[in-house]
Amino acid sequence: MPMLRSLMLDAVPSIQQMAAVAVGRLADHSHSLAEAVVKEDILPQLVRSLATQNRFYKKAAAFVLRAVAKHSPELSGAVVDCGGVDALVLCLEEFDPEVKEAAAWALGCIARHNASLSHSVLEAGAAPLLVLCLLEPDMALKRIAASTLSDICKHTPELAQTVVDTGAIAHLSQMILSRDVKLKRQVFSALSQISKHSVGLAELVVEAEVFPAAFVSLKDPDEYVRKNVATLMREVAKQTPELSQLIVNCGGLSKVIDYLGESRGQLRLPGIMMLGYVAAHGEGLAMAVILCKGVPQLALCLSEEPEQHMKAAAVWSIGQIGHHTPEHAKAVATAGLLPKLLQLYTDASSSEDLQAKSKKALKSILQKCTYVPALEPLLYDAPSNILKHVVCQFSKVLPHDSKARRLFVTSGGLKKVQEIDAEPGSALQEYINAINSCFPEEIVRYYSPGYSEVLLQRLESYQPA
Amino acid sequence: MADLLILKQAEEFRKEYFHRNRQAEENRQKETQAAIRIQSWFRACKVRAYLSHLQKKAIIIQKTWRGFAARARVRQMVKAAYFTVKMNFYNEMAVRIQQRWKGFYVRKYVHNFYARKTYLEQILIKNELVRKELDEIWEAQKRENEHLEAVKQQKNKIHQAHQLHYLISTNQLPGVFNSPYRQTPHEMELLLRQVKYQVPASLAHKDTGYPRGIRDSVGVSFSGCLESEGPISTRTWDLRTRLPPIASRNTRQKTKRL
Repeated sequence: MPMLRSLMLDAVPSIQQMAAVAVGRLADHSHSLAEAVVKEDILPQLVRSLATQNRFYKKAAAFVLRAVAKHSPELSGAVVDCGGVDALVLCLEEFDPEVKEAAAWALGCIARHNASLSHSVLEAGAAPLLVLCLLEPDMALKRIAASTLSDICKHTPELAQTVVDTGAIAHLSQMILSRDVKLKRQVFSALSQISKHSVGLAELVVEAEVFPAAFVSLKDPDEYVRKNVATLMREVAKQTPELSQLIVNCGGLSKVIDYLGESRGQLRLPGIMMLGYVAAHGEGLAMAVILCKGVPQLALCLSEEPEQHMKAAAVWSIGQIGHHTPEHAKAVATAGLLPKLLQLYTDASSSEDLQAKSKKALKSILQKCTYVPALEPLLYDAPSNILKHVVCQFSKVLPHDSKARRLFVTSGGLKKVQEIDAEPGSALQEYINAINSCFPEEIVRYYSPGYSEVLLQRLESYQPA
Repeated sequence: MADLLILKQAEEFRKEYFHRNRQAEENRQKETQAAIRIQSWFRACKVRAYLSHLQKKAIIIQKTWRGFAARARVRQMVKAAYFTVKMNFYNEMAVRIQQRWKGFYVRKYVHNFYARKTYLEQILIKNELVRKELDEIWEAQKRENEHLEAVKQQKNKIHQAHQLHYLISTNQLPGVFNSPYRQTPHEMELLLRQVKYQVPASLAHKDTGYPRGIRDSVGVSFSGCLESEGPISTRTWDLRTRLPPIASRNTRQKTKRL
C-alpha cells in the first residue's frame, strides 16, 4: 500500500493512473482493504490531485472513492471528511461522460448509506449537476444519474424536496418511455423514493403525467422494472384518497391485478400493499378493488406464498378491503377467506406479526359480516375471542331473517351455540340470550346439552295412569 | 189657708222640684250614658252602613276593572297561542319540505346510487380498455424488440461472414457451405458472397487512448450490453468506421494517447 501510494506521486501520468486503478481495485475487494486505503492517507492526496489531472486520472480517482465508500457509512464519512464530495462534484462538471459517470456513481455510493451523507452530497451542489447528467445522451450516464438521485431521495423529505426543486421529476418522467431496461429500473425507483415522503411530492410526481405511461412497464419482461413500478404505484396510492382515486380512474387496478397474477415471490409485495392502501382509503375504492377481482387474486397470493411477511401483507390487505360495509365483508367471505384467516391466526407456526394481523383483519371483517353461510363454519373452530364476534353477528342477523333462522337450526348452529359456555353477565352470554330469544323455547331446550338425560329422568319418575 | 196651701204647695213644689232635680240628677248620669250609648251605636250603624256602601261600590269597581283586564290578557294569550299554533304548523310543514328536499338532494348529488353504480361500471370498462391498449403497446414493443434482435442476429452473421470470408467457394473448389449434394447453397455461402471488405474492428478499437481492459472493469456493470441504445452512439469504434478511409489509416499510426 505505501508503495502504491508513492507510485501515485510518480511523474509519468499513465503510471499514476494505473496506480490509482490498482488502489481502487484493492479497495473494491473488501472492507478491511478499504480501511487500509483510508488509513494510508491516500484519499486526501487523490482529492488534491483530482483538480489538476486529466480525465483518465479523474476517472480512476473517482473509481477509488467509490470503491472505498461503498462498504460502510464510516468509510463514506472518511471520504466526505477529506473533501471527496467537492472534488467529485467538480468532476461532474467535466465534459467527458465517463468521468461524469464515475463521479456520479461514487456520489451514489456515498449517499446510499444514510441521510447525513446524502445531505453533505447535496450541500456540495450535486443535484443540479446530476439533473444535467440525466439529459446527456450517454445511456450509462443517465442510468447512474437516476440511481444516484434515487439513493439521495430515499432518506428524508427535505432531501427529496431539494432534488425535486431542481426539476428532476420532469426529466425522470420523460425517461419512462425509454427502451433501456436498466434505465427504467432506476427511473422508477427514483420516482417511488421521491413520492413516498409526502403528499405534495407525490402530487408533483403525478402531475408529471407519469401514470398511464407507467402501466405499460408493468408488463416489462424485466422483473425489477415491474417491481419498481408497483412500488411507485404503492407509494402514490398510500398518500391520499384522491391520489388513489386517480390511479383507479386511470385503470391501474386491473394492471396491478394482472401483475400479481404473473409474478411470484417477493415481487408481489408492492402489488399486494398497493391494493391494501387503495382499499383502506374509502369504501368506494374498496368496492372498485373487489369488482376488479382483487379478492380472488389476494386469496391466491395468500395460499401460494410461503413467506410469513408476504402472508401478513396479504392478510392486512384483505382486512382493509373487507372492513367497510357488509357488502365488502360478504365479498371477502364468499371467497372463502374467513376460515383461512382463522387458520392463520390459530396456527402455531405463524409468526407474531402474522397472527396479530390476521386477528385484527378477522375481527374487523367479522364486525361487518352478515353473510350467514360464511359465519357458520367459524362457530366450530374459533377461539373464544373470535367466537364472541361471530355470535354477536348472528345475534344481529337472526332476529330479522326467518330463512336464516331455519338454516341455522338445521345446520346445527343452534346446537353449537348452546354448547358454548360463557360466564353469565359477559357479552357472549348476552349474545347467546339474544339468539335464544329468536327461537321458540322448546327448540332451545331440545338443543341444549344434556336434554336427553333430563327426558330420561322424567321417564323414570313417570307413572302411567 | 190658701196661703198655707200655696205655701205647702210651694213647699211641696220645692220639695218636689228638689226631689225631681235630685232624681234627675241621679238619673242624668245614667241617662247620659244611655244616650251616649244609643248615639254611639247609631253612629256606628251609620258608619257601617257607609262603609258597606263604600265596600260594595269598591267591589263593583274592582270587579269591572278585573274583568276588563283579564279579558284583555286572555285576548292577548289567545292571540299568542294562535300565533304559536300557526308557527308550529308552519315549522312542521317546513320540516317536511326540508326533509323531502334534503333526501332528494343527498340521493341525487351526494350519495347518488346510480352514479356510483355507473362509476364502478366505468372503472371496469376503463380497466378493460387500458388492458387492451397496454396489450397492444406491449405487442408492438415486443415486435420491435424481436425486430431489433433479428437485426442484431443478422449483423452478427455478417460479422462472422467477414471473419470467415476465406471459406467462400471458388471456381475450382466448392466451399464448406456449398456442398455439391445440396440443391441450393447454404445461406452462409450467399452471405459470404455478398460481403464486402471493411476495416477490421480490432484495429479501430485502439483509439480510446485508455487501456480497454480497465475501462471495461470500471464501467462494466452499468454499460450494459454491446449495442448502444441511444440514437447517437458514442462508441468510438463506430465513429471510426464511419469516417473516410484516410482517417482510419491515420489511427493505425497513432500511439496510445495519454
